[in-house]
Amino acid sequence: MHRKSLAYPYLIWAAIFIVVPLLLIVYFSFFKDGSFTIQNYQKFLEDYYIKALIRSIELAFISTVICLVMAYPLAMILSDKHMTNKQIILLLVVLPMWMNSLLRTYAWGSLLENNGVINSMLKAVQLAPITFLYGNGAVIFGMVYNFFPFMVLPIYNVLCKIDPSLIEASYDLGADKVTTFRKVILPLSMPGVVTGIVMVFMPALTTFLITRLLGGGKINLIGNIIEEQFTRTNNFGFGSAVSMILMIIVLITLAFMSKKDSLDKGGGLF
Amino acid sequence: MISFIKKSYVVIILIIMYAPIALLMLFSFNNSKLPIWKGFTLSWYAKMFNDASIQQAFMYTIIIAIISSFAATVIGTFAAMGINRMVSWQKNIAMNITYIPLLSPDIIIGISLMMLFSVIKLPFGLPTLIVSHITFSTPYVILSVMPKLKQMDYNLYEAALDLGATPWYAFKKVIFPEIMPGVIAGAFIAFTLSIDDFVVSFFNKGAGVDTLSIKIYSMARKGVNPTINAISTIMFSTIIIILLVMNIKVNKKLSKSQTK
Repeated sequence: MHRKSLAYPYLIWAAIFIVVPLLLIVYFSFFKDGSFTIQNYQKFLEDYYIKALIRSIELAFISTVICLVMAYPLAMILSDKHMTNKQIILLLVVLPMWMNSLLRTYAWGSLLENNGVINSMLKAVQLAPITFLYGNGAVIFGMVYNFFPFMVLPIYNVLCKIDPSLIEASYDLGADKVTTFRKVILPLSMPGVVTGIVMVFMPALTTFLITRLLGGGKINLIGNIIEEQFTRTNNFGFGSAVSMILMIIVLITLAFMSKKDSLDKGGGLF
Repeated sequence: MISFIKKSYVVIILIIMYAPIALLMLFSFNNSKLPIWKGFTLSWYAKMFNDASIQQAFMYTIIIAIISSFAATVIGTFAAMGINRMVSWQKNIAMNITYIPLLSPDIIIGISLMMLFSVIKLPFGLPTLIVSHITFSTPYVILSVMPKLKQMDYNLYEAALDLGATPWYAFKKVIFPEIMPGVIAGAFIAFTLSIDDFVVSFFNKGAGVDTLSIKIYSMARKGVNPTINAISTIMFSTIIIILLVMNIKVNKKLSKSQTK
């Protein structure tokens, strides 16, 4: 019952619906009407596309850091055995994931827009209205808001599994709270942290919806460029090429993360 | 003092998370198209209930979410157990394949599956939507079950076998209770992702088969429409009720097992 053949149905599924479609992207990015070309990749070297790529990485990184900094304390508070009502609070943290992200982003838009609720309230108390929308800040805000639960869940799961006697042992051996956190809790929770980072960074790097709704079309990220190729200009070749570049970045991140933590400490992802 | 800081931290995060949702609900009762309060009305709800295409989109969303999350949880849980028993190089290959959809942008999963379905000439519609949803949610189940398997002492399973348990019985009594939180979290995430998905569905939908996300997107593109708020209010209230009922049941079970 507990052997590797259990994974075979999944591996067959993955081969057909994950690997083959990717090969199709490779094919479409290099071949135009059946003949080989690197034209699609050359186009990406234009200043406009390179800038969009750098901006995407920047915004996703900032959002991931904010999510981690906010989620870790929350996961710790929730994993505390003495916490009352923690099931319900955890439920409340995860619940917005059930609501369409399109809608939630849209709702934030109407809250933050120039004539939106917050600015109406500011006006009512004689304060100058603030332009929230259509900037990097609004996009980062949207990313953090959308992907925050994906950071909390894995960290919480791992923290709950930590044997409390390890922490007690650390105190008994004279470690203070900070040392115990640094030397015991943090290393043991790394699998969850790495999973969380992966789960936030990935969608943040590639979103096009949040930029559309909160960036007002002014901020073009890599996701927006791919979307345009497939929905507007119908340039499947170039769209595939940009997708390839994005996949390479994602693989580099993955290689870095797996080296950094999981492989040598045996935790989490692998 | 510290517990006060902790509590306020939780409260502040919950307020930020729920402010836009509360707002959405409030405006679903607003007698105006603009986000300014003009009095109470139920007309948006009447509009929603009279719209056959919204009802249909709702049905499709639920059907796809149930089928795909169930399939993903079964496939993913067994896959995690299988992968966990593999030798290092096999495990690396299997996990790297698992990471592909996890780390691929939705948009890449969407366009690549779209290309596959058109190459193999599978008609776009319910089947393509279900297949694509299973594909992108299974890796999340695997990742959620995997840490539990890692933290589990494998000797426990072997001990069960030594004591005469059949592999299936040992799975039921030893492994499953250990990995259960991971399985539930995985199923939860799979269901959520399916309901929440817009991008992959957008590329793999068929004519006349809309999910709620796609329906909402096409409505939102035509301008502000409080019917959207009404739909989401209904969806959200339903989910809150279901989850609270489930949660109360779990708590009751827990307190019963404690008193024993």
